[in-house]
Amino acid sequence: MTALRARRELGVLLALALLVAFTAADNSRFLSSQSIRDVLLSASILVVLAVGQTVVVVTRNIDLSVGSVLGLTAFATGKLFVAAPGTPLVVAVLAGVGLGALCGALNGALIAAARVPALVITLGTLYVLRGVDHSWASGEQINAADLPRSFLDFGTATVLGVPVLALVAAAVLLVVATWLGSYRVGRELYAIGSEPAAARLSGIPVGARVFLAFVVSGALAGLAGVLHAARYGTVDATVGSGMELQVVAAVVVGGVAIFGGSGTAYGAAIGALLLTTIGSSLAVLRVDPFWQQAAVGGLILAAIGLDRALAARTARRAAARSAADAAAGQDAGRRGEREATHGS
Amino acid sequence: MLRSDRRGRRRGGASRVGVAAVAWTALLATAACGGTTRDENAEPEDRGGPTGEADPDAPLRDDLVVAFLPKQVNNPYFTVADGGGETAVGEFGGEYKESGPTEASASSQVSHVNTLSQQGTDVIALAANDPNAVCGALDSARDAGARVVTFDSDTNPGCRDLFVNQATAEDIARTQVELIAEQIGGEGEVAILSATPNATNQNAWIALMEEELAAPEYADIELVTVAYGNDEDEKSFQETQGLLRSYPDLAGIISPTTVGLAAAARYLSGSEFQGEVALTGLGTPNQMREYVHDGTVESFALWDPAELGYLAAYAGAALASGQITGAEGETFTAGELGDYTIGADGVVVLGPPTVFEEGNVDDYDF
Repeated sequence: MTALRARRELGVLLALALLVAFTAADNSRFLSSQSIRDVLLSASILVVLAVGQTVVVVTRNIDLSVGSVLGLTAFATGKLFVAAPGTPLVVAVLAGVGLGALCGALNGALIAAARVPALVITLGTLYVLRGVDHSWASGEQINAADLPRSFLDFGTATVLGVPVLALVAAAVLLVVATWLGSYRVGRELYAIGSEPAAARLSGIPVGARVFLAFVVSGALAGLAGVLHAARYGTVDATVGSGMELQVVAAVVVGGVAIFGGSGTAYGAAIGALLLTTIGSSLAVLRVDPFWQQAAVGGLILAAIGLDRALAARTARRAAARSAADAAAGQDAGRRGEREATHGS
Repeated sequence: MLRSDRRGRRRGGASRVGVAAVAWTALLATAACGGTTRDENAEPEDRGGPTGEADPDAPLRDDLVVAFLPKQVNNPYFTVADGGGETAVGEFGGEYKESGPTEASASSQVSHVNTLSQQGTDVIALAANDPNAVCGALDSARDAGARVVTFDSDTNPGCRDLFVNQATAEDIARTQVELIAEQIGGEGEVAILSATPNATNQNAWIALMEEELAAPEYADIELVTVAYGNDEDEKSFQETQGLLRSYPDLAGIISPTTVGLAAAARYLSGSEFQGEVALTGLGTPNQMREYVHDGTVESFALWDPAELGYLAAYAGAALASGQITGAEGETFTAGELGDYTIGADGVVVLGPPTVFEEGNVDDYDF
């Protein structure tokens, strides 16, 4: 299974490489350092959201409220700086993450209490939180001039040429992917997504774990809100509208099964990077604007198609190999081969 | 609107122009019809209909109920425009109301128009989300005695009394071309970063800018392409990046939409192109202040939405008081803004856009 999953991510990565190669062949400046920085910066926020969404999706749930949570925390961050311009960055980040976690806890509690699919609950909170945002903002807009210079610099700063926001996204990815992949609670999330009834029977506290998944997703959406405010410097009540679909698309393109139980945060992050790169490529290739959205959709389908084709081939090979192994009865050889694939 | 309606967000920006006209229309309609319950305390003879005689010397009534109906209530641009209306209503002693939808969708304003009509509003100042969707409701409101003035975004001219236009498309196009020509020293490649490819007013301005650039004095300026940021931050960022990659000799960018301009400015301010590539367009002083001060943007333009709302309120009051009927050539005084003359199709133009730069950007708050 590990080998299969690794292959699935390779499929998306291959699609990404093809896209970059094609665009760079048309316009070599697409690979300039400023250009790469731009793509990394553009992808950062989507990566953070996609990683959070992965945690929820592997449990066979979905969080559609992330766009609204992002909007709310972005506005809250702006208001915080307007009210207290001297607020340290760390406090702003913690406040954003806290507010996001609170929204996630609301989702989790409603789902646990109402026993209604997460799709329905988070569709509701999508509108509720956006409404709260609207009434709080009541037409106000936070502009770059209202935000402290240090906060705006955080949105554009680089360390050794790598944007700080991208580093934040990478750190989030690393932590969550490790947690999901190698820690008990993380593995339990996969078990819940694979077969909730079996997970419950085997003693996993399903309700509590799903609640936790939503809190994590909310907290990361909150972090994304802070990053959004830093990056764009302009925030009003409509920030992040419609973002949830991009996030779900990134997760699915990244090979996370929408019915739970499989996929990795790395895959989702690559999916987010791929979607962002598609946007940048189309702008560089000067694709007719009337066709751009269709082109985005087409490229998403192509990426998924490529990924499926590779996965199917791998599965066929694995089946053929194990059949051959069984026929030869070479247990030792098979073990060695398995270990080799695990290593890759 | 400057911005397309594709997204709900930050729609406020440049789109404000059409709203004023709608408000005028509403005002006219209100003035034309009497017979609401409020008429008991109003002098019926003051209510001239659009078909009635204009009396330029009639005083402004001090008992008018003036309602502002923006495209959406939580849009910063309309908050400022309606604020200007409130100031005007305060000056002539009427009662000010604001009502509107939270989504700028085509039909969302209908129920608000109906409610205002039932409340016996004298003047409805409307920024229409759709030229036709509110027409039926506006007709009923006008039958019930309301005068309808549209501002920022017009309705079908048949369903309003006046349209207060923020600036003519020609003025908007000319101002932006002048600004970019000045900033790039009269020669080089320029590109336009627009909203959505389907945005009517954007396309009208772009066509006029192309015409303007064809003039001999701009012979050394070449418009290389038009990019579309869809009035989304991220997409506008990416399109700006795409322009800079695709046209390495690009000297300047014009973005006639507030979202695009702010996003392009934010991108340039944090990139190696800051100060190298000129940027201008339509934006609000609050959004652009930071980028004017840090040297990313030299100057940009926009009308003052507060003046737009102010003018719409006065136009509505003039209609409801019988000073004007909405016919071409009539004149009225809009408080401290001075005298205005109604043009063809019942359109009143606020004036050429205001240019904001280092010296004056801090004098405005919208």
